[in-house]
Amino acid sequence: MGLFNIFSREKKERLDQGLEKTKSNIFTRISKAVAGKSTVDDEVLDSLEEILVTSDVGVATTLRIIERIQKRATKDKYLGTSELNKLLKEEIVALLQENNLQDFTEFSVPGDKKPYVILVVGVNGVGKTTTIGKLAYQFKKSGKSVLIGAADTFRAAAVEQITIWADRVGFPIINQGMGADPASVAFDTVKSAIARDMEVVIIDTAGRLHNKINLMNELSKIRKVIQKLIPDAPHEVLLILDASTGQNAFEQAKQFTAATEVNALALTKLDGTAKGGVVIGISDQFKIPVKYIGVGEGLEDLQVFNRVEFVDSLFN
Amino acid sequence: MFEGLSDKLDRAFKVLKGHGHITEINVADTLKDVRKALLDADVSFKIAKQFTDQVKEKALGQNVLTAVSPGQLMVKIVHDELAGLMGGEKADLLIKGDPAIILIAGLQGSGKTTFSAKLANYLKAKKGKKPLLVACDVYRPAAIEQLKVLGQQIDVEVYSEDSANDPVKIAKRSISHAKENGHNIVIVDTAGRLSIDEQMMDEISNIKSALNPQETLFVVDSMTGQDAVNTAKAFNDRLDFEGVVLTKLDGDTRGGAALSIKSVVNKPIKFVGLGEKMEAIDIFYPERMADRILGMGDIVSLVEKAQEQFDEEEAQKLQKRIARNQFDFNDFLAQIKQIKKMGNVKDLLGMIPGMGKAVRNLDIDDNAFKGIEAIIHSMTPEERVNPAVMNGNRRKRIAAGSGTTIQDVNRLIKQFDDTRKMMKMVTANKGKNMANVMRNMKNMN
Ligand SMILES: Nc1nc2c(ncn2[C@@H]2O[C@H](COP(=O)(O)OP(=O)(O)O)[C@@H](O)[C@H]2O)c(=O)[nH]1
Ligand SMILES: Nc1nc2c(ncn2[C@@H]2O[C@H](COP(=O)(O)OP(=O)(O)O)[C@@H](O)[C@H]2O)c(=O)[nH]1
Ligand SMILES: [Mg+2]
Ligand SMILES: [Mg+2]
Repeated sequence: MGLFNIFSREKKERLDQGLEKTKSNIFTRISKAVAGKSTVDDEVLDSLEEILVTSDVGVATTLRIIERIQKRATKDKYLGTSELNKLLKEEIVALLQENNLQDFTEFSVPGDKKPYVILVVGVNGVGKTTTIGKLAYQFKKSGKSVLIGAADTFRAAAVEQITIWADRVGFPIINQGMGADPASVAFDTVKSAIARDMEVVIIDTAGRLHNKINLMNELSKIRKVIQKLIPDAPHEVLLILDASTGQNAFEQAKQFTAATEVNALALTKLDGTAKGGVVIGISDQFKIPVKYIGVGEGLEDLQVFNRVEFVDSLFN
Repeated sequence: MFEGLSDKLDRAFKVLKGHGHITEINVADTLKDVRKALLDADVSFKIAKQFTDQVKEKALGQNVLTAVSPGQLMVKIVHDELAGLMGGEKADLLIKGDPAIILIAGLQGSGKTTFSAKLANYLKAKKGKKPLLVACDVYRPAAIEQLKVLGQQIDVEVYSEDSANDPVKIAKRSISHAKENGHNIVIVDTAGRLSIDEQMMDEISNIKSALNPQETLFVVDSMTGQDAVNTAKAFNDRLDFEGVVLTKLDGDTRGGAALSIKSVVNKPIKFVGLGEKMEAIDIFYPERMADRILGMGDIVSLVEKAQEQFDEEEAQKLQKRIARNQFDFNDFLAQIKQIKKMGNVKDLLGMIPGMGKAVRNLDIDDNAFKGIEAIIHSMTPEERVNPAVMNGNRRKRIAAGSGTTIQDVNRLIKQFDDTRKMMKMVTANKGKNMANVMRNMKNMN
């Protein structure tokens, strides 16, 4: 870590700050659970269970983690506080690594896709529009040209909201006003990006609950329409999840994937008291990488997700 | 999807069967399942534990040889306890004062602005009030514009100040504006904030002190997980709010956060949000929420739905015909109509506790009735009343007439015979439970 450049150390500090609450909470509780003990007994495992479940990891994943710890603990006889912390961290990282997810290190898009099309989806109020604003800011900062499609034509003042972000960051948007057909906006945006030789396209969509079939079909339609222009687009379908969401996030991941072939996740609002353990659970069950995390409402408050750093921040 | 609790209890009930009393040992597994179901529904870890302890206490020593089965008894205890915890008496909005002031608070994206407008619409339409909406979110891009658009949709005035950036001042001035313009209710929409954001929490408590609202409502997303307790407690510590609004219940979340919040702050849930439209607002029904959390299906709506469609007179006639063994294909057709009127058959059956699994494994679809109806329509009046006359030739004719195969016709006639037998059983067993009927039905194939 010591040789990391200043920029990434800064990044890490922000993440640490965002996760401070979680960290100290879990840390002190584990420490309490193992204080004065040299083995992993039922009481310790019960505490671990509580810690993981209260972090929204979910019962099923928690049981898997506990099982692993139990197995390890029967091998390694003597355990103190620090060993247990290390063991727990290792097991969670290992669980995530089993899914062979690649790690992302920076805000970048593959150079061979031009324009690189990102479709942003998710339930209501999770932070789609805000994440798009922050993401566009990052791409712009790294010198990429970005065009945004205002395809949330439903929620009151949604177009105005993304327009304000556009002014703030300085990116152009394509909009057809409220009530327009979102697929048509998406089509227009991609078409225009091709004509203008833009590098990145991000399509904002209206929030929708995953159990509403018509609205999910609308997303599939947006996807199809984009493919008329670029057969292998959208290259990235980014599902936004709110860190405070509980077990329903699993159903969201499932249904949005069924409708739009989600291939990346962003987890927002990790700057709150929500533990973010939902990432562990979802990464365990879906082979979709978590790409970004949101840690605030400002321009800079988006980070590239790094599994090891994430678990580190949780337990170190 | 999560396995419904009622399914689990059905399983547990096999374990419990044969024991005369509910004891520590035979109840342990059931309680484990109850606890897991609660956690899967996002009920807070601590509260799930407390709750199962409570249920255990109630259940222990209860005699299960009485009228109901052990499974049903457990379902009842769990359900009653939960419904009790969820709320008891109805909690109405306190709309006194001139103007009455309602302050809206909560996390980012929970649905505050949408709910503010819905509430204004509700009070205007249902209570004949003249509300004023106040835009105090000066942070989120286009938040004021959003409220303005909604206000226009419902034809309610929105107070906002384009150049001011102090929500406390805006809120104060809005009250004078309301007084001057004869608004008798003021609904103040505020920015989303994290409970650990000291500055923003100070701001909202300053708004509260400045306005002294009759009602402060905490708006929370029903999909919230374990964090619900922390957030609700933190907001309540600062605001001592009067009630909770549970949004986005039109999704498929089990909504355990409702129980956690209720238990932690002991404030009533006053409204629920059921969609993005301005009309998608309802008061809160504790019983229904209890069923939802437990994954037991919405028994109440089943009963209501059935009552809506149920024709008492017809039913009595039918009952008599069954008793006299006069049930015929005309009645069968009428029954199908009745069922179709009630909506999707599978959904409907799924609402009955304990039926969840049975129905899931059955392959019922509404179109299944199409063939049946066609076959019955191809029967002569005589054949409908007296099915015994349908020999091979007649069956062939019916198949041709209805565009089905002779196997389809045979199967229907067998189904009809089975149904007739089952109906006799139901009338004979009056008072016995549904599960028995289902079991007997299965054994008939
Ligand atoms: N604290 C915090 N708030 C966020 C974050 N991301 C989004 N928000 C807020 O969540 C609310 C909903 O965001 P928005 O982008 O409009 O959600 P959308 O409906 O999914 O487009 C807004 O108030 C945002 O400022 C985040 O990472 N942290
Ligand atoms: N499906 C559904 N969406 C809702 C409900 N209430 C609010 N929303 C949506 O949730 C998102 C956030 O709502 P908003 O009122 O802007 O939240 P705020 O940030 O708390 O003011 C918007 O897309 C709303 O349309 C609800 O009850 N059901
Ligand atoms: Mg949006
Ligand atoms: Mg708002």
